[in-house]
Amino acid sequence: MLQIFVNPKYDFINKRRWAYAISLIVTLAGLAHIAWQGGLRYGIDFSGGTLVQVRFQQATTVDAVRSALDRVRLGESVIQEFGDAQEYLIRIPASSGALEETSKKVEQGIREAKLPGFEVRRLEFVGPQVGRDLQLQAVYAVLAGMAGILIYTALRFDFRGGVAAILALLHDVLVALSALSLANREMSLPVLAALLTIVGFSINDTIVVFDRIRETRGRGLRKGETLADVINTAINQTLSRTVLTSLTVFLVVAILYVAGGEVLRDFAFALLVGVVTGTYSSVFVAAPIIVDWENWSQARQRGTKKTVVKAGAGR
Amino acid sequence: MPRYLWLRIAIVVAVIVGSLILVAPRDWRGQPRQPINLGLDLQGGIHLVLGVDLEKGIENVLDRMAGDLRAALQKKGIGAQVTRQGRTGLVVQLASPQAFQEAQQALASFVEFDTRAQAPAAGRIELTLKEKVINERRNSFVDQGLKVIRNRVDQFGVAEPTIQKQGENRILVQLPGVQDPARAKALIGKTAVLEFKLVDDQVDVARALQEGPPPGDEILYGRRVDRTTKTEARVPYVVKKEVLLTGDVISDATVRVSDVGEPYVSVSFDSVGARLFGEATEKNVGKALAIVLDGNVHSAPVIRERIPSGQAQISGGFTFEEASDLAIVLRTGALQAPVQVLEERTVGPSLGADSIRKGVISTAAGALAVFLFMLIYYRLSGAIADLALLLNLAILLAAMAWFQATLTLPGIAGIVLTIGMAVDTNILIFERIREEFRLGKTVRAAIDAGFRRAFTTVIDTHVTVVVSGVILYQFGTGPVKGFAVTLMIGIVASLFTAVFFTRLVFDLIYMGRRRLQTLSI
Repeated sequence: MLQIFVNPKYDFINKRRWAYAISLIVTLAGLAHIAWQGGLRYGIDFSGGTLVQVRFQQATTVDAVRSALDRVRLGESVIQEFGDAQEYLIRIPASSGALEETSKKVEQGIREAKLPGFEVRRLEFVGPQVGRDLQLQAVYAVLAGMAGILIYTALRFDFRGGVAAILALLHDVLVALSALSLANREMSLPVLAALLTIVGFSINDTIVVFDRIRETRGRGLRKGETLADVINTAINQTLSRTVLTSLTVFLVVAILYVAGGEVLRDFAFALLVGVVTGTYSSVFVAAPIIVDWENWSQARQRGTKKTVVKAGAGR
Repeated sequence: MPRYLWLRIAIVVAVIVGSLILVAPRDWRGQPRQPINLGLDLQGGIHLVLGVDLEKGIENVLDRMAGDLRAALQKKGIGAQVTRQGRTGLVVQLASPQAFQEAQQALASFVEFDTRAQAPAAGRIELTLKEKVINERRNSFVDQGLKVIRNRVDQFGVAEPTIQKQGENRILVQLPGVQDPARAKALIGKTAVLEFKLVDDQVDVARALQEGPPPGDEILYGRRVDRTTKTEARVPYVVKKEVLLTGDVISDATVRVSDVGEPYVSVSFDSVGARLFGEATEKNVGKALAIVLDGNVHSAPVIRERIPSGQAQISGGFTFEEASDLAIVLRTGALQAPVQVLEERTVGPSLGADSIRKGVISTAAGALAVFLFMLIYYRLSGAIADLALLLNLAILLAAMAWFQATLTLPGIAGIVLTIGMAVDTNILIFERIREEFRLGKTVRAAIDAGFRRAFTTVIDTHVTVVVSGVILYQFGTGPVKGFAVTLMIGIVASLFTAVFFTRLVFDLIYMGRRRLQTLSI
């Protein structure tokens, strides 16, 4: 039979300091990048504004489209090739002028500039009020999602498990946001949907590991066996599961990224990152946190004895 | 023999048959049908969120009432100016303070108002609209807007529109398959207040433009299109503020074509309107009557004689489409409170078709990749999981048809994602079976333990995805909602397909053979 990990015995737990360091560096670098960029790039869903997707009958250039729009003085607009040289995305921020007239002006400009025949394929206008509402709701949605997961995992396992799982999720969401910022992609409604999906999905691997930990703990510790050993064994035993379940999802999301079209690309990108980091964080963030928490609380109980517990050194 | 075997078979068969019936592209009579609604992003169309301007609506009410007050005072021979003050108040300034008592009596019949302050010596009364009246009006604005917009859309001719109240003061309008979004938007959003006002011929327009109009007058503009050069010009008119007649009295409006081939709108008044119009035209023969729509002068023909027929014509260089849209808004009446576009999403039909094509390709490619993977990795068991996946997709589509859910582009993404996630349940179970098998259990014991032990984990993973799905659904706008819907249905269906169905097939294959040594997994 085909098998990816045959009886794996990797020592994940002992290398957790490295994993923490990597996770911290990656998330901090990502956050720094976001801060340096002056925040995430919000799509018009959140920032408000107008988006016009135009398809020309023949290929043209961004400069040609820009000079066409300059004729009608649309103010600060962002023009971007979308898919191929025939299709362009024109974005006009909410602040510039009469919004309802914007689309008319775009069409007028293109017509006057005598660019090749064109078709407006998509027009989106989000008023500043709606954008602000959505921004707020988006934050609530992600927080509510995490709270829901926290409550469920805390009920199913224990409080520590819930907290460890949420930290892993937070890690995943931050990494996904950082990746969006680094790849210069936009935060839009579909991307938010991707983030919430990451929250719901990447917890799965964590649950698989946690379930196994509980199962092993349930039959009691063997002599000389520490919690770190139990957890490390649990991770190894479920490793093929963790990787395979993510692999199938990664597969379909990769296909979505390649073949799903421009509209879904940012969404698929966020999911791709989320699936990978979700798997990583189950093994390298969620489970190790439980070990350290346990060690810490034990050390505190024995506080006066000044025993230094070397975590995971049992074997 | 496993328990309830026949019952389980019956359930699976019923689900398969039911799903196939629901997703069939033809109904039982053989008529073609579309089992699943496509979202605006897939079939093209407009999505509009309109904000009803309640403040402005109240201001309009006050302006109208100011006219009524003035008229009531005039009837008693009291000269007065009535002006709006702030957002909810009116100020009555009498021409002479002597009439104060009399004016007070006349105003007492306007029960919508409270008297806020009065100064008998100055002949001044300040009124304010009662809180209760304001609230009633505010509530009625949105409902009235819904009704009017619904009528306009019906008359415009859109198949299966959605027009709903959203939140406190928003109206959601969805028009699938509309070819000319700009026109539809203009038609829906038009306030359409029609007023007939006299042009003040005593005043020189150029002077009024410089010095401002005399009291009781205002400057309004009209649009004039030059036939030959096709250029538009704005023409100023000085008109009296007093409204002779409003669009409320219109009973019908139709498009006609004049002798020179220019379309115009013919308006018929009801009996009250016809009488008022007859009186107004009789009194003002020789003067120009401005026909004002939403503050723009459409035309200002000179009244040649009394018009008793209750008919009027509105012309103004319309195209045929403009004229027919104007007729629609006049027939359906004015919006009591103006609306404003807060959000618009328009997708052209070609982009929708493109999205469908890409969605189908992604779904097929995703399914194929996962199929092959499961088949290669788990062999016969993988094939069973693949069958389960097929069933999952059938149930997913059938559930969409059953709930009349709308399929959007993110919804298709949700289906693709479901393909990747639904087999995860099988992976969890199969890996567990392999593990139990390695521990030395017999084939049947391994299968049994695999399904049983993996079950709690499976439930956990399902609950978490559904939790985020529910929140997405609560939060999302149209397309994102579609994603939440397909993802949730797919995940819940996978409980049935990956656990119930797969187990049944395993039982059917492996139950008869007692001394089974190998397991194709």
